[in-house]
Amino acid sequence: MLQINNLFATVADKPILKGLSLSINAGEIHAIMGPNGAGKSTLAYTLGGRPGYEVTGGSVTLAGQDLLALAPHERAAAGLFLGFQYPVEIPGVSFVQFLREAANSQRKVRGEEPLSGGEFLKLAREKAALLRMDMDMLKRPVNVGFSGGEKKRAEMVQMGILDPSFAVLDETDSGLDIDALRIVGEGINAIMRKPDKAVLLITHYQRLLDYVKPDFVHVLAGGRIVKSGGPELALQLEEEGYEAVAA
Amino acid sequence: MSELLALPTRKDEAFRYSDLDALAGVWPVAREEILVPSGQSTSLSIVEDTAGAVARHLVIELEAGATFDLRILSFGAAFGRIAVDARLREGASFTLGAAQLGSGAQVLEIVTEVTHEEPNASSRQVIRSVLAGQATGTYLGKVAVARGAVGTDSEQSVRAMLLSRTATANAKPELEIYADDVKCAHGCAVGELDAQGLFYLESRGLTPELAKQLMLQAFIAEAFSGAADEERLQALALARLGELV
Repeated sequence: MLQINNLFATVADKPILKGLSLSINAGEIHAIMGPNGAGKSTLAYTLGGRPGYEVTGGSVTLAGQDLLALAPHERAAAGLFLGFQYPVEIPGVSFVQFLREAANSQRKVRGEEPLSGGEFLKLAREKAALLRMDMDMLKRPVNVGFSGGEKKRAEMVQMGILDPSFAVLDETDSGLDIDALRIVGEGINAIMRKPDKAVLLITHYQRLLDYVKPDFVHVLAGGRIVKSGGPELALQLEEEGYEAVAA
Repeated sequence: MSELLALPTRKDEAFRYSDLDALAGVWPVAREEILVPSGQSTSLSIVEDTAGAVARHLVIELEAGATFDLRILSFGAAFGRIAVDARLREGASFTLGAAQLGSGAQVLEIVTEVTHEEPNASSRQVIRSVLAGQATGTYLGKVAVARGAVGTDSEQSVRAMLLSRTATANAKPELEIYADDVKCAHGCAVGELDAQGLFYLESRGLTPELAKQLMLQAFIAEAFSGAADEERLQALALARLGELV
């Protein structure tokens, strides 16, 4: 589903990704772990197409489509979802309005009929319930006044509504207490653990992986994947540290 | 009166940023006088959507306990100037919510002078400008509090958003206070759309244009919040914002 081939990327002229390759098939969940500064968030933003993250080499395809040739909104319509480490607050724009516009913009690109107000609210209510989020919170301005944990749950509600085929979740577990971690983990499974979908989890810690069991674990260091393995690799990293395992 | 009829010059502070050539074509500007009798409430919405040069001068007298709610949406004129003088007697309340949405070489300006003549009157002004191309948006707002006008409560909130490096925003909130025990707040900011917010919206599937339009709609919303015809003003503004992005 997602093929990253020898990807190089710079931020403010500084090389961060240095020949990263990764292949993810439909139905799989992959976790990328790695020390601070390894390039984990840069990978997420580069896949999302954030301005300032410049690809200087390599290729990325999503379901055979050249992802790097697409603008951020086109990547979303092509099935990509980027879960932000730090979701952005947007005063004055309600979640409901924003997400309905987003869902219908994507449907338009794909040649699908727009959702009516009623259909959208039904969908939003269902996904909010999945993440145990009060529907009233979605009537508030985007992320404004939300706690760290609420922002992450709201990210997952968005993912549920937009129904992507591939999700990159950048430290979705940071800022979560134990209960919220379980709710978010179960939400990811319910939304994305399907034969025609795939997930790339970016995380520092093993704990999210207790709830969302990865099929593959990779260690990112110095801008490339230095080691890959099964779920046991995450446990080994937790015990021995990045330096010992990735050396 | 003859003094009023002479065409202003750049040295005249209230006309410092005007398009004086355009102004000459509509000079002198008639005074539109509005009296709100004691205890009564009136509202007025001005949608300035005509092309060419437009200049208006409203003079509003609010008697004791009167309320006046003025909303302005200005986006059509090559040169559009709306001057508002409001004089507030005891306990009167004046609201101005205005949005100026300019592009091309438009010059849009709102010039106000709100005078609290007697105690316990309140005034609240919310001005939002969105400027693209080489457009200029100006707000000059003077709040005067007369001797003895204790308990005055006045607020000016002025913000401008520049969509291009060649657009200009001028903002000058000004206070002249001759009384004690008054509350006068003012704030003023000129900025650009938040790039991080735009990317966040786009990453969810909004086109760059729609993302900008949504953020600008939010930016001007406060100007029309609580207006009797809030939805109509918002819809008109949204359509115009669609042309600016």
